[in-house]
Amino acid sequence: MPPLPLHTAGPYVVAAYIVFVALILIYVAIMAGKLSRIERELGELTELAARMRARREEQDVL
Amino acid sequence: MYGTRLRGLALLTAGLLTLTLVGVFYWAPDDETDGFLQKIFYIHVPLALVTLCGFIAAGVMAIQHLRTGEARWDMRSYVAIHISLIFGVGVLITGSIWAKGAWGHWWVWSEPTLVAFLLVMLLYATYQPLRFAIEDPERQARAASVFAITAGVFVPVCFVIVRLSTAYLHPRTLDNISGNLPGRMQVVFYLSMVSIALLWVVLWRYEMASKHASAQLRALRRLLSGDDDELPPVRRSAAPDVTGVGGVR
Repeated sequence: MPPLPLHTAGPYVVAAYIVFVALILIYVAIMAGKLSRIERELGELTELAARMRARREEQDVL
Repeated sequence: MYGTRLRGLALLTAGLLTLTLVGVFYWAPDDETDGFLQKIFYIHVPLALVTLCGFIAAGVMAIQHLRTGEARWDMRSYVAIHISLIFGVGVLITGSIWAKGAWGHWWVWSEPTLVAFLLVMLLYATYQPLRFAIEDPERQARAASVFAITAGVFVPVCFVIVRLSTAYLHPRTLDNISGNLPGRMQVVFYLSMVSIALLWVVLWRYEMASKHASAQLRALRRLLSGDDDELPPVRRSAAPDVTGVGGVR
């Protein structure tokens, strides 16, 4: 069978490479979402640590 | 720990992938029989090989987990399977695109290599539900490791049997390498192989760094909240819990 001409084979090749890039980008986007969750949790923990410190200082004063 | 030198590795991978793309489209000649369509193989075949190696690597990590009992090996195996599954989806889609162009069909059930790869993917698709089905973290980790080892052995055996027992319909890129891939095509193929293997390593380390940070956060949360439990509980996940003693490393 003769090879497909460029104008016929081209879209298939482009589609395959787009799928590859899209998969990686989707993965990175999901990981970015997880990173922002970690950041948010870290913020919560920082607040909690600050509250605990304030409470300890109040107790020291009393 | 996993984030160390990750930026340099990621930049190297990005550079090599760019070089590979330039090589594929501007340097490597078109195939005599497949023409321009053969360019898909520079991405499809390395993805497939890296996926299968990733599954085998996950099995080796699972052996380490059962041998040492350290939770970090379970986490490594879990992440290796996760990344390999993502790459595997890429293999199935790019392979189907090529099949449509070359054979006129998106999927050919009589093609043993395609079906063998699908079987491997379906097998590994049960890994996360298996983990999620077991609540006790230690039992979950042990069962997952046994699964990873068994499936890791199944992968090469499955493909060797397919190769030995069937007439060749599926194109063989790595058969008689010097004959099948002449000159520039061979160079670009190996460049693509290295780039995609590096991409797997980068993504593995990226996810390990994220899991490691989450585990450290959970450990810190337990330390800080104590009995007061002022923070909302962490949602249940199929991912290994490595916040125990010796886990966070």
